[in-house]
Amino acid sequence: MTSAARTDQIAEAKRQDINAWKIARQRRSILNRMAITTLAVILLSIYLMPLIYGITTSVKTDEQASTANAPILPADPRIFEWEGEEYDVFVVPTEEGISELALVNRGRQSSEFIDPANPEAGLITWEGSWRTLEPAWESAIHLENYPRAWNTIDFPRLLFNTLGYALVTMIGAVGASAFVAYGFARFRFPFKNLLFILLMSTIILPPQVTLVPTYAFFVTTLDWGGTWLPLIVPAMFGNAYNVFLLRQYFMTIPREMEEAATIDGAGPFGAFIRVILPQAIPALTAVSLFHFFFAWNDFFGPLIYLAGNRAAQPISVGLQEFNGLYNSEPQLILAASIITMILPLAIFFMAQRVFIQGIVITGVDK
Amino acid sequence: MDMISAVRENASPRARMGLRGIWQSPLRRREAMWGYAFISPWMIGFFLFYALPIVVSFGFTLFRFELSNPDGAEFVGLANWQRMLFNDPTVWESLFVTFKFALISLPIGLIMAFLLAVLLNSASLAGRNVMRTLFYAPTMVPAIAGILIWSQVLNPSTGWLNRGIEGITGLDVTGPNGIRWLDDPATVYIAYTLIGIWGIGNAIIINLAALQNVPTDLYDSAQIDGAGWWRRMYNITLPMISPVIFYNLVLSTIGLMQYFIVPFVLNGGSGFPEGTTNFYMIYFFKQAFTFTNMGYGATLAWLMFIIALLITIFLFGTARYWVYYSGERRDE
Repeated sequence: MTSAARTDQIAEAKRQDINAWKIARQRRSILNRMAITTLAVILLSIYLMPLIYGITTSVKTDEQASTANAPILPADPRIFEWEGEEYDVFVVPTEEGISELALVNRGRQSSEFIDPANPEAGLITWEGSWRTLEPAWESAIHLENYPRAWNTIDFPRLLFNTLGYALVTMIGAVGASAFVAYGFARFRFPFKNLLFILLMSTIILPPQVTLVPTYAFFVTTLDWGGTWLPLIVPAMFGNAYNVFLLRQYFMTIPREMEEAATIDGAGPFGAFIRVILPQAIPALTAVSLFHFFFAWNDFFGPLIYLAGNRAAQPISVGLQEFNGLYNSEPQLILAASIITMILPLAIFFMAQRVFIQGIVITGVDK
Repeated sequence: MDMISAVRENASPRARMGLRGIWQSPLRRREAMWGYAFISPWMIGFFLFYALPIVVSFGFTLFRFELSNPDGAEFVGLANWQRMLFNDPTVWESLFVTFKFALISLPIGLIMAFLLAVLLNSASLAGRNVMRTLFYAPTMVPAIAGILIWSQVLNPSTGWLNRGIEGITGLDVTGPNGIRWLDDPATVYIAYTLIGIWGIGNAIIINLAALQNVPTDLYDSAQIDGAGWWRRMYNITLPMISPVIFYNLVLSTIGLMQYFIVPFVLNGGSGFPEGTTNFYMIYFFKQAFTFTNMGYGATLAWLMFIIALLITIFLFGTARYWVYYSGERRDE
């Protein structure tokens, strides 16, 4: 064997080795992929289980929703109509196996049933107490819970209040925050760092410490109790989260663009309105969404300031009160809860990219 | 600016006119004026809704002042503080409840958020973007709606949690002797923690973004050195994302001190079962807004402020031992 042939052989063997290794690696990565994806799907279904539960239970009858061993999916107790009368259907163990039979004559020791599948066969006598039998169910979806919940909770009023609060404070808070953020992003002035640290420290300040005198002032001095003003007015001065996010974004906009506007005769205010704001639409959208969701969720503020004025309630407080009043009808509470979450979830699914980007900026840059 | 560079700056000829001098240049003055103009909304808001109320709030602690009888306000010196610290066992009980729950719920929340972020960052996960969106979705569910849904899921006989446990293990947990998640002092904190898990979406996202920012060459060189998955996790991933873990830790701690909505919605702040859900914030709410006891309420708020400040200082103090900032120069 020549040495050249030998080298070829070695090269060939090496190539085969590499191929085998590649295949093994590929196989391993496919296995890995399957294992990790399966794990994620299992975790996700556990994580989302309450949501599925809420949706399925919101279309059940209250009887099913509060019966211990009722089927998991929406269903009604099965009823069989025979000779003009309605009879409950039970799951009956008979000699031929388990069958679903309608109970016609109830007895203590034995009862008479009729087979819905074969009523011509006549009455069947069954020995035993019918009280031990489980009822039979057939699937049924009760969408009527939704209009009932909608009307009982007076959803249009809650929606009007919440949307009004969310939109008014959103415009005010985002506008003011953009102003402040531009000041911190572009200008040099004495004590700038100190002021910025003060701004950021308001994020970790427990709100209770300012709450009591603010509440006393709004409610007794200004007599604003039962109105939205104590919640709207403070929002008009911007807040630290929004300022931080917008400042980070403004700093990435090249100064040349403002300089061009300045040459065209615009002052700092004009440059802010004409150059910065249009450039920062993604960040402004993210901040607006944050604020919108915050307002939609806000509970404590409306709870204390709107106490005693039911007409002004937002969704969060209305839903909590509804829960207290309709405790015995879980399906209505769940239907109302689901109505409440539709709008935020829909907005989130539509705008998730810009929204998540905003969370990343506030969380990672700090 | 640290001391040395400040001195150096002053010594340089350009800065000889001193810090004040810089702002005497008309251009700089104009710039500063515009800066203040732009941040003025926040400065006014800060003064009106933060600085002033904090001071006034301390003033309130020295008065007996009930909103139902505003003219009967009376200076009582440190009587409110004395009552809070020495004569009101509910204060300490509710602080204990709050800390106990935080110690259970905080680690679980932080670890879950981290592990889910690692999972969602895995290159082997199919449909990553869809998965991320779906894992975030529950965080978008309004808090009250989420709590109400969970309270039904945790229902001992009809809820899916107990029925699921029964289906998997075969134990009879839905019956009268089953697990009563929200009614049993032994399980109520676990139940509340489960409810809280629906709110960790932001922490997941922030962890995930930090994981994506870890330079891949660190992993490559570690792999060449033969480091396995656990080693890379412990020696590279955790230090590199520690600033984000720290951020989540601080925000969650502050948030848990103000834990309110869940116990308030589920049992109206009654402390059921057996006072285990009588959180500090619930007690504060009762004193300040149910009994409209402004003086004592402000005192309770100040105690919360002091405790939150101490905890924050403590956390920032520990940060130098475990939080790694890659841009930072290590002191020799």
